[in-house]
Amino acid sequence: MFSYRSAIDHADVPNVPIEALRGTIIDYCRNGWDLMAFFGIPVDGENGAELIAVLGDPDTHTLEILRSLPVRRYPSVTKECPEAHLFEREIFEQCGVHPQGHPWLKPVRFCRSAGDGQRPGPAQANYFHIEGNEVHEVGVGPIHAGVIEPGHFRFQCYGENVMHLEIQLGFQHRGVEHLISTLPPHAVLPLVENIAGDSAIGHATAYCSIIERLTGTDIPLRAQILRRIALELERLANHTRDLGAIGGDTGFLPTSAWNGRITGDFLNLTSELCGSRFGRNLLCPGGVKWDADPALCQSLIKRLRTAYRDVRGSVNVMLETPSVLARLTGTGCVSHETAVDLGLVGVAARACGIDRDARFDWPLSDLESPLLHVRTEMEGDVRARTLVRSLELDDSAAQTEADLQRLSYMEESKIAADVPNLPAGKIAVALVEGWRGILCHVGVTDDDGGWLAYKIVDPSFHNWMGLAMALRNEQISDFPLCNKSFNLSYCGHDL
Amino acid sequence: MLNIVRERLHQGYRTLNYPFKQPVISPRFAGLPSITPTSCASCSAHACTNCCPTGALAITPDGPALDMGRCLFCRACEQVCPEKKIIFTHEHRLAAYTREALIIKGPAPNGFPDESVRPALGEPRRNLSLFARSLKLREVSAGGCMACEADVNVLCTLIYDLGRFGIEYAASPRHADGLLITGPVTENMRLALLDAWEATPDPRIVIAVGTCAISGGTFAESTEGCKGVESVLPEGCVDVYVPGCPPNPWSILDGILSVAWKKAHANR
Ligand code: SF4
Repeated sequence: MFSYRSAIDHADVPNVPIEALRGTIIDYCRNGWDLMAFFGIPVDGENGAELIAVLGDPDTHTLEILRSLPVRRYPSVTKECPEAHLFEREIFEQCGVHPQGHPWLKPVRFCRSAGDGQRPGPAQANYFHIEGNEVHEVGVGPIHAGVIEPGHFRFQCYGENVMHLEIQLGFQHRGVEHLISTLPPHAVLPLVENIAGDSAIGHATAYCSIIERLTGTDIPLRAQILRRIALELERLANHTRDLGAIGGDTGFLPTSAWNGRITGDFLNLTSELCGSRFGRNLLCPGGVKWDADPALCQSLIKRLRTAYRDVRGSVNVMLETPSVLARLTGTGCVSHETAVDLGLVGVAARACGIDRDARFDWPLSDLESPLLHVRTEMEGDVRARTLVRSLELDDSAAQTEADLQRLSYMEESKIAADVPNLPAGKIAVALVEGWRGILCHVGVTDDDGGWLAYKIVDPSFHNWMGLAMALRNEQISDFPLCNKSFNLSYCGHDL
Repeated sequence: MLNIVRERLHQGYRTLNYPFKQPVISPRFAGLPSITPTSCASCSAHACTNCCPTGALAITPDGPALDMGRCLFCRACEQVCPEKKIIFTHEHRLAAYTREALIIKGPAPNGFPDESVRPALGEPRRNLSLFARSLKLREVSAGGCMACEADVNVLCTLIYDLGRFGIEYAASPRHADGLLITGPVTENMRLALLDAWEATPDPRIVIAVGTCAISGGTFAESTEGCKGVESVLPEGCVDVYVPGCPPNPWSILDGILSVAWKKAHANR
């Protein structure tokens, strides 16, 4: 066990038989730990891999990392620990290690590396299929009617009711993890910012934290504050967009129209900081690239207040309208038990009463955050997910304003520390609360200080199964609304 | 109900009369590059080509050549050039009709007359006037990270109001005059993109939005396809390129208008 902000030697990670690794994952997850990452590093010469599990206890802020002796097959843990289901499919696809007894073992992304040549695309795969009189199947995608990313949704319906929804992604697979370990170092950060374009700040923060933790670099206070401002602005923009989209799919068009515009106002605040509406090119390992002088801080505060007033008013009229609440309440429920079993994260988890938020469980710095709160609701329906977002808007706006004030009265100082080369044979973990939920990056360096493995777990990786469960026994026409209430990333999942 | 009306009054009228009024964009925004076309022979370090994350820069006998089709507008080269030969202006109108026209070798023009739509850089491959009256586009995201998609989608909101130009995003390629493509085109989207292209009735246009769609951008070295639209669709099918990672929404609007601008708009 170790403190999450430090790096440890790869060689010091306990190397245990696979049975012990299995046992630990199952025990710890039953005792409230979270499975942050579970992946394989292929071993030379043999057709096998050493499996690495990263477990975290949010209550004590401790991490545990374990690795197994190399294996080619092992008894799957998914039946005892469902939150491992997609990790095990990924290990199967990336390393060829067989988790025996996995209930639904198929590739996650249909990578080229898995089986070269004439591979089937994700759409031609086998799907879960129900047969019977009056049972019918509806397939949607990969290209959807709206301007969104591609993915395939296969519904098994009885009349209008959805018995099962299988979500097959992989269309967006760009080989990001492989690229990170092969590209020259200066080309990696721009790539990381494109893992999920709407979470550029989140992923860049995680990547920079990995570098800083591996090299033991402390970043200047100004940079810590600027990073938090950017992260909360990202949350404000995306929550605003999602609330508007929920209004749109409910047929409540005023909020849908206004929020579309106000989202842009928040994005333009980020653009004032770094020239890019999506926060490209703001962070760098060691700190940030752009500073904000007092005049800029004060003008940002003014614009932030206006945008916040507008979104509050816009969302309030929606939440005061009985017909909207009637549409949202009880739609797309995920029970607390299901959410815990599947290891849901972020807004979707907090809407099911799970009080997890990496800003408190795994804070990035020692900055205090008196104005932020963990916002939870109990019902797990679309309304709960809407309310969590709406409450988080208040917190993020207040904290960002306070941070900007603080920045404008601070002495000018450095905004980036020098970063030495990466050390050999170390592991570091970064956990960041992006606007969708917790982002986990794990970096393992090799003997030359390059990447032996770089693992990325986007919050969407945990949550797509939650969307599938939300659709059980709902009307198929509820799908768009449920989908908007989760608003998950396709490319973040597909990497 | 009264609250909705009150809030409606507060939210006001927001549409900008683009292109007659030019938008206010962040002072830190990196727009059209401007290059001093003199030999770099005296500079042996070539710090600019070494720091470029996507290999967008080449040193020619006449100085640097910057390929906007690969550039991320990260300003790294601007900061390292000892002679300040590469400067990013504030001009958001970046679209080009040809791939070659995206390669910048000289100074940016000294501003465009603001009261007009600037034609894109280079010469159109063919007569596009057929599409100028109304334009229905099918958006296909093929590996896009959702930043380009978000900035394409935002054109439907109040500020930009794409509909007033007679332009709309269609739900199916069969109802579209062309495709607007974002993303580097992953191997797993190759077939779907080809299907969408074939389903679009001829004559059809293609607009490639974002550095990924033009060249693969940060993903160009991937083993999963990702070499851009022209690595999958027939050669020479792209009518307009809009560079940027992601392009500013005003740059995208400018790019679309360089196909669909009609005189009638100018009569307002
Ligand atoms: S601004 Fe463009 S050309 Fe210059 S270094 Fe960055 S990506 Fe390369």
